[in-house]
Amino acid sequence: MSAGHPAGHPAGHPAGDPAGDPAGDPGVARSRTDVLRLEGVRFAYGRLPVLDGVSMHVGAGEFVALAGANGSGKSTLVRIALGLAPRQAGEVRLFGVPPDQLRDRWRVGYVPQRPAVGDHLPATVEEVVAAGRVARRGWLRRLTRDDTVHVEHALTVAGLAERRRTPVSELSGGQLQRAFIARALASEPDLLVLDEPVAGVDVESQARFRDALVTGCREDGLAVLLVSHELGAVADDLDRILLLRNGAIAFDGPPAELEGVSLGIHHHDLPLWLEGLG
Amino acid sequence: MTLPLPFPFDRQYMQLALASGLAVGLSAPLIGAFLVQKRLSLMGDGVGHMAFAGVAAGLLAGVSPVGSALVVAVLGAMTLEWLRLRRKASGDLALAVFFYSGIAAGVVLTGLAGSLNASVLTYLFGSVLTVSPADALSICVLGAVILATVAVTWRALFSVVLDEEAARAAGLPVDALNLGLAALTAVTVVAAMRVVGVLLVAALMVLPVGAAQRIARSFAGVLRWAVAVGVVSVVAGLAAARIGGLAPGGTVVLVAAGLFAVAAAVEANRRRAAPT
Repeated sequence: MSAGHPAGHPAGHPAGDPAGDPAGDPGVARSRTDVLRLEGVRFAYGRLPVLDGVSMHVGAGEFVALAGANGSGKSTLVRIALGLAPRQAGEVRLFGVPPDQLRDRWRVGYVPQRPAVGDHLPATVEEVVAAGRVARRGWLRRLTRDDTVHVEHALTVAGLAERRRTPVSELSGGQLQRAFIARALASEPDLLVLDEPVAGVDVESQARFRDALVTGCREDGLAVLLVSHELGAVADDLDRILLLRNGAIAFDGPPAELEGVSLGIHHHDLPLWLEGLG
Repeated sequence: MTLPLPFPFDRQYMQLALASGLAVGLSAPLIGAFLVQKRLSLMGDGVGHMAFAGVAAGLLAGVSPVGSALVVAVLGAMTLEWLRLRRKASGDLALAVFFYSGIAAGVVLTGLAGSLNASVLTYLFGSVLTVSPADALSICVLGAVILATVAVTWRALFSVVLDEEAARAAGLPVDALNLGLAALTAVTVVAAMRVVGVLLVAALMVLPVGAAQRIARSFAGVLRWAVAVGVVSVVAGLAAARIGGLAPGGTVVLVAAGLFAVAAAVEANRRRAAPT
């Protein structure tokens, strides 16, 4: 596993950057300047309330999981947080500004739930990952040698360097998901948002996925917001867990504090790896 | 001016047809490559029918049918895409509405213009052997615009085709790129109108891409192979049409269909030979 960004290409925290410089040894107190903050966000599908005043934040370099039952509104919350869906009330700040006013959108790496890519797509792994550099470089500009270096790095971190010329139609589900994570990493984001990235992914891919995220957080100062039911592979590495229930954050704290906390929640509300704590 | 080319391209009308055909054979598959990935393979057909309404409007107004077709097709294609983006209608339903409205408007307008005759048929079925030097120049300019635009934007368009949501999150101008692709589709349709006709225009966007997808193992490879199949279809189709006295538009499309069948056979053979 390669560590850190390529030599001469730091993780992307310019001086004065709101994300601060959180890189450093694990365990050393890092800057907790928020890269994402939501206050009182409300959303309903018709008359059915989904989010009822959600407030949450993700600090620079933090590794945060957003958990909750199926249909609890996790994906909706993420889409609102990134400015991809409208909200009916509340405030969202992405790197200190409303999402639609963020100029350097490449600072957000996003892996949507089940990307709509069928086995028909005639593209190599390398082409998919290089697509992550287009917004960073400027969509009218040609990719350069510098972009190639970052694509190579993202392929290595995702464990796909040997399969760069393989058509994505020939990848397993786990490998395809890693290709999309590598695409998100290729833009050198400061915030990586992943929506159910390990659903149905094989054990080897989950381990590589965990290594990629931990490397990004601990060595590159990457903030990660992971939405998932299957946190087993990363449970020991999380800084905080956010538990979404009944349209609000029912728990926000380190994983160790969740045990023994009476949430008044039902067994089926908990993600798989938390079963037994309810 | 006639260039010293060998038979069957030794006559000026064949050379004008060849230049027009090559412009379309190069550009149509490039646009089609993105439409096919977006599962909008029939968009060229829908826009073609709107272009026919534009031709009819031009005949009625006494202005250049190609110019009016370009305006109507671009506006129609961008409206179609806007409806899809705003989720006002599903892609295929919106396409059907424009498809039938376009052809119906074309029939009514040509009737009003009193020109429901052979001149209209040249746009419906193509008439590449009768293009004038000015027509050929117009088609080549439109083809050059398409080639230059795709050369600059193909990576961004690929990002959108790959994952529209992630592209939007990364800050790519997804709506503008989609509308731009719709406008380029309309330009392609108008450029190809005289070569194969509005009824067959989508074939040159889709068949070369379908063949390329069975051979290439990368998106860049699909673009290269699709252009190659498009160019070969035009050259071989025009040659066969002259030699056999066939309708050139239909012959070009039949050659493309034949190449698709060959590519499908190559793929099937490769799959059989691959270790399981």
